[in-house]
Amino acid sequence: MATVRFTRNIQRHVECPTREVSGFTLREVLDEYFRENERARGYVLDEQGKVRQHMVVFIDGDLVRDREKLSDRVEPNSVIDVIQALSGGKI
Amino acid sequence: MSDRFYVATRKGLFTVDRRVSKWSISRAAFVGDNITLVMHDPRNGNLFAPFNHGHFGIKLHRSTDHGETWNEIPAPQYPPMPEGYVPKPIPFFNKPLEWSLKLIWNMAPGGPDEPGVLWCGTMPGGLFKSENNGETWELNRPLWDHPKREQWGPNGAEWPGIHSICVDPQDSQHVSIGVSTGGVWITRDGGNSWELTGQGMRAEYYPVEQQFDPNVQDVHCLVQCAANPDVFWVQHHNGMFRSIDGAASWTEIKDVKPSVFGFTVAVHPKDPHTAWFVPSTKDEKRCPTDGRVVVNRTHDGGQTFETLRQGLPQEHAYDLVYRHGMDVDETGKRLAFGSTTGSIWVSEDGGDSWQTVSSNLPPVYAVRFAKS
Repeated sequence: MATVRFTRNIQRHVECPTREVSGFTLREVLDEYFRENERARGYVLDEQGKVRQHMVVFIDGDLVRDREKLSDRVEPNSVIDVIQALSGGKI
Repeated sequence: MSDRFYVATRKGLFTVDRRVSKWSISRAAFVGDNITLVMHDPRNGNLFAPFNHGHFGIKLHRSTDHGETWNEIPAPQYPPMPEGYVPKPIPFFNKPLEWSLKLIWNMAPGGPDEPGVLWCGTMPGGLFKSENNGETWELNRPLWDHPKREQWGPNGAEWPGIHSICVDPQDSQHVSIGVSTGGVWITRDGGNSWELTGQGMRAEYYPVEQQFDPNVQDVHCLVQCAANPDVFWVQHHNGMFRSIDGAASWTEIKDVKPSVFGFTVAVHPKDPHTAWFVPSTKDEKRCPTDGRVVVNRTHDGGQTFETLRQGLPQEHAYDLVYRHGMDVDETGKRLAFGSTTGSIWVSEDGGDSWQTVSSNLPPVYAVRFAKS
């Protein structure tokens, strides 16, 4: 089971507790997470399923490479961090 | 007569109420959040506030109790692209247009005979319709699939968008929209078919041969007279235009001082010959001419203009008013507008004089009266 953790800043808009979910790719893991928290999906992914332009995802500390299909491999004990990018925060 | 208006800003949504002798801010909501618009539905009092979270995308909130409480409702979503479809590059940017919501740029209630109907104009160019007060949205495919839609160009942002929606008060099936950049489009059958109009509009910023192409016109704001829906006014990137034949043809209004450039326009709801503009220096500077905030008003269909300045700052003022930054109430007497510098002014005499409500708000995106 991979652990999925979310930025504190997203919690103000939609509650996203840390959870352990299964899956072999980032797509599978996030789909599993959002299945029980459908509203949060739109805060991280756009309507085409891509990672939003100003969001970033790390798997075990490495930046996710495939932001469109989310095909990056996830290991059984991986830690996935979903955070906002430094870009996109207009003053 | 409206005693309340709402102000959508870069850092929150503000309610302004008329007190005994002055207007003042009575409520601040969503402080810190980027509220790009506000819409009041006169049929049921519902309020809508779109957000641009930057990181987390575009969201939509609704209040059914005049702003006391709010709930997030679904924002419009673009459908999946058809299998094998490759979108054409956006003109000037040469990159494919994403089917993804970038901004809710305008919302408008449907007619009184179609309760629950809402229209929503977005970047990158989709027009959405709801038939249940915003619970669900559907992309208008006849417009989206129109081959000329793919020719729409970007504006100050990287994507084209629909910023103006005028529902004919006498015929709800007749809807006119303003596109930046893509001219004026009209449906007379509730959105089943669309016609590009705009004969007479001129885009000075294009090569000479293309300056009158209706689909390259950078309409900044399109408004329709409620009492005479054949009359439209436009503030255009290139200047000011008026139509008296239902937007079929347009007359350019030239040589208006201090400038014909600006973003917003309001038309008197009962008098099609009366309209207000907020001019700024064209177009690279985009601030009031000589640092003086003024409103230009015509009572004769644009033949002559008065420059109104009583109560407005007349030195070192650099306020720009965005396209949704001004509104007029149902009587045509009360107007309000807000600026990028966070100022709000209100008039109770059709613009003859103005009182300052605030000079310290965040940058103002939209001002809308609560109308009945």
